[in-house]
Amino acid sequence: MSTQDEATIDEICVVACAEAFRGDGEILCNPIGPVPFVGGRLARATFEPDLVYTDTVSVLPANNFPVGVPDAPKVVESWVPYRTVFDIVWSGKRHVMMGASQIDQWGNQNIAAIGDFRQPKAQLLGLRGAPGNLVNHTTSYWMPNHSTRSFVASVDVVSGPGYDRMRELGAPSNRYHEVRRVVSNLGVFDFQTDDNRMRIASVHPGVTVEQVVEATAFELAGTDDVAETRLPTDEELHLIREVLDPTGARKAEFR
Amino acid sequence: MTTPKEAVLAVWAGLQERAIVAAMVDKRMTEDEVISELKDGMTIGIGGWGSRRKPMSLVRAILRSDLKDLTVVAYGGPDIGLLCAAGKLRRAVYGFVSLDSIPLEPHFRQARQSGAIEFTELDEGAFYLGLLAASHRVPFYPTRAGLGSDMLIMNPELRTVTSPYDDGEELVAIPAFKLDAALIHMNRADAAGNGQFLGPDLYFDDLFAMAADKTYLSTEKIVPTENLLDEGPVHTLRIQRIFTDGVVEAPQGAHFTECPPDYGRDEAFQREYAATARDPEAWEAFRSTYLDASSHADYLKALEARS
Repeated sequence: MSTQDEATIDEICVVACAEAFRGDGEILCNPIGPVPFVGGRLARATFEPDLVYTDTVSVLPANNFPVGVPDAPKVVESWVPYRTVFDIVWSGKRHVMMGASQIDQWGNQNIAAIGDFRQPKAQLLGLRGAPGNLVNHTTSYWMPNHSTRSFVASVDVVSGPGYDRMRELGAPSNRYHEVRRVVSNLGVFDFQTDDNRMRIASVHPGVTVEQVVEATAFELAGTDDVAETRLPTDEELHLIREVLDPTGARKAEFR
Repeated sequence: MTTPKEAVLAVWAGLQERAIVAAMVDKRMTEDEVISELKDGMTIGIGGWGSRRKPMSLVRAILRSDLKDLTVVAYGGPDIGLLCAAGKLRRAVYGFVSLDSIPLEPHFRQARQSGAIEFTELDEGAFYLGLLAASHRVPFYPTRAGLGSDMLIMNPELRTVTSPYDDGEELVAIPAFKLDAALIHMNRADAAGNGQFLGPDLYFDDLFAMAADKTYLSTEKIVPTENLLDEGPVHTLRIQRIFTDGVVEAPQGAHFTECPPDYGRDEAFQREYAATARDPEAWEAFRSTYLDASSHADYLKALEARS
């Protein structure tokens, strides 16, 4: 039987991602990428049972559908082709956890390009759904490579707008904007400061605040009395390892 | 002596037979006949999504034609990548370009990074509204998507509108994507151009068909109209022939993209394609083996000959 002492960094990050969805109720939980996938499903399997989530193709499974085992038995509760996903985005009943190639202190996210967008040094995914997501519903980010190259002073392209852009935009356009949480391989971050600047919410076990500060190219709030990210419970470890991610898909992001 | 019921059934059978005959407008054509109707500088919409159910036999027919300076509008995958690599594009209009299992499309990246193509990069939901506006013949649809992000900076031609109602909210006006032609691939179709998708998602193919002046549909298999419901329920019949101008029968026509339930993505072939972006010699070999094939039938033979 596994114990909490044996929880590995990928499992701690999965739980931190799951925690981002706490309190969301009956909405579409839409994480992107293996660690957030497992996290979202863990939230649904434990403390947020009313969430719905996609199989990443086109349906909502009602059972504990594992990541990385496409042929696993699936109880389908509804159909969400891409058009319906966009409709749900605009309805607001969604919380997405996206990746970010770059993020800044206001939560501006870049997944589009590195360098000048007119002729980028590196073309990335493109804007994808980030502009629409941010102005319509809650968004969180998962960043497995926390460094001064990803936590930057200024992003090259704003795909998903952060709090400074939203302040500029003002009401009513900013009313659905919330960047809830950023989970990295070093810690958990939020924007719970007076001016919505990024703050350390917790550092993962074994990580120091100095390490986080050094890996971040802007000044982080909340560097005093920093909490430690909580460990997975035995039930959570069982669900992660045996039920939700039996092939260890979550570990690929830590190699 | 026929009973009244038998008489009614006989009349019904006759009506059905005549109805079928009357419906059979025959729009069958070859890939090259489709491409001969396209012109330099046209704006062409391509259906599917990423590396999923793309009309690849039609895309390859463009590659081997003299067409140039095209603007392509798509939820982009290898269609945009191949057209970039072959120098066919003046502009790409997209929300993303991805091979799905390979997140970044390497040929598209090269074209963007070398400045070889012009581009219109939009939020992927906003992109849907551009298709919808063109389908409905209105100049734009409003959306909140794009406010606060760099979408409006990257696309200075985009305008905002103010709600005429009491809320006075400012929204982005996504302009209609007027398409000269659209290319889509369906699992099944009849010769008259009624199309059927049997996979998990139609994507936006019905909107591409409605948004375009001319729509050309390739299909895994042309079936008689009366057999269209043999393999899927009525709500899989999402492309109506009033929106189609040509039908091309192309088994494996979406290869190497996926076309479920007929076939999955050819991941090995896709990896081979992606690797050609790093190696001009590999690209030339790939091109001469697969892209220079003079017809879809020859392409299928080249596929069979793969070891």
